[in-house]
Amino acid sequence: MKLKEFLLKCENIYRFIQNIFRQALSPPFEWREILKQCYAVGNRSFFLVSFTAFLAGVVFTRQSRPSLSSFGAESWLPSLVSQAVIRSLGPLITGLICAGKLGSNIGAELASMKVTEQIDAMEVSGTRPFSYLVVSRVVATTLMMPILVVFADIVALLGSYLTVHSINNTGFELYFNDVSANITYLDIFSSIIKATFFGFAVGLISCYVGYNSQDGTTGVGKAANTAVVISMSFIFIIDLLSLQFTNLFR
Amino acid sequence: MSNATSNIDNSHDRTDIESTEIVAHVVNLKKSFGDIQVLKGISLTLHKGENLAILGRSGSGKSVTIKCMVGLMSADEGEIEVLGYNIRSLSSEKLNELRQQVGFSFQSSALYDSMTVQENLEFPLKRNLKLFDKKKLNYLVKTALQDVGLDGAATKKPAELSGGMKKRIGIARTLILKPKIMLYDEPTAGLDPITSAEINELILNVRKKYNTSSIIITHDISCARQTADKVIALIDGHSKVEATFDELKITKDPELAPFFKY
Repeated sequence: MKLKEFLLKCENIYRFIQNIFRQALSPPFEWREILKQCYAVGNRSFFLVSFTAFLAGVVFTRQSRPSLSSFGAESWLPSLVSQAVIRSLGPLITGLICAGKLGSNIGAELASMKVTEQIDAMEVSGTRPFSYLVVSRVVATTLMMPILVVFADIVALLGSYLTVHSINNTGFELYFNDVSANITYLDIFSSIIKATFFGFAVGLISCYVGYNSQDGTTGVGKAANTAVVISMSFIFIIDLLSLQFTNLFR
Repeated sequence: MSNATSNIDNSHDRTDIESTEIVAHVVNLKKSFGDIQVLKGISLTLHKGENLAILGRSGSGKSVTIKCMVGLMSADEGEIEVLGYNIRSLSSEKLNELRQQVGFSFQSSALYDSMTVQENLEFPLKRNLKLFDKKKLNYLVKTALQDVGLDGAATKKPAELSGGMKKRIGIARTLILKPKIMLYDEPTAGLDPITSAEINELILNVRKKYNTSSIIITHDISCARQTADKVIALIDGHSKVEATFDELKITKDPELAPFFKY
């Protein structure tokens, strides 16, 4: 029975993903709603992502500096920080913040709409709620995550620069020359692709659990919680897979 | 489905709105949830211009019946034909086409709580009719709100409305697409007797103005009495009897009589 339930759930998820692609790629397109959701996604996460990325840049720099100093390799600090931030830290922090912030928000919002029959009301008036509610959100998180990651990378590097500058009085140009000299196109490209997958995973998981929520009001809390937990787990899984994949080209 | 039981006096007029045109027809509808069979063979016929009340105890499958009629739930067995569409074999495009002709008023009103009343009413117009002209939208919304007696509520959010107002707005939102059939799920549930009477009056006005045929799901006897031309009682998953309210009122059937006792 448990195996049967699991297989049925897998089939449901497969159909859900299939529906997303089918409705995202066929007209009528939800341009207005996608734009609205993009704004909401960016607006909701912007401050938190900036704040966390800045702190991560500062903390990582302060923690790495003593180790590098003990080898007399303090000049490698910009190189180390930039590679860490762009390859892993930036996407990971942004992904986790978005999984927490957007996952809970989308999961709870859709679940409460389900509980209060708002989704049924849309369905029954022929207004294609799947496309309006799910496709627009998944597209928005998929599009916005790379933008947030690039922004988080810049803010984290800025945090790192301010830390180095406060200690060594290093110039802005010198620091960022070092940074750019050690960053490859592959680093940037893989980071953006990874972020796109993070965005898709967060949107997909949150929408799936919210849209299929059950158990009344208890289900709303459960959906929000499940959306966050599974999204976060998938961010680590995608991170690991993308690392393995990117290493093939290094 | 059996006709009125022998205990019912059939001499009463069935309805003053007699029409032979059938707009919805359900035959032997069955639906189970897990091991529990909720609908064990429901049959009903809705004629054009008719108000049909489905009366039954809580959990008897009244709401499930109308949800199956618009494809919100899939039936296990039976035939459902609405406005000439066979629901069980419809593609999603055709189902959407049908749904735009059937209004569904939810028990919980199901207003979109992130939108104002105006946006709630504009939503189906924008989505279904691709109507974005502000003047036209305003006119249609205003008319629909006037029809339900709430023309000053356009800027309010659902959270600011009372239960009765929510029901009216829910009805207005379905009326804005000019449906041919209205399905009311417990329209008076949770309302005081005065507001209930107003909602009943509204249901009758909607039929008159929009020329709709309606199915009214209720366990409220006064709602059935005021609004229905014909009543179907759901007992133990079966459509037990189809008769006018006055015929049912005097029934001595042990399963039906308790409905009219209180």
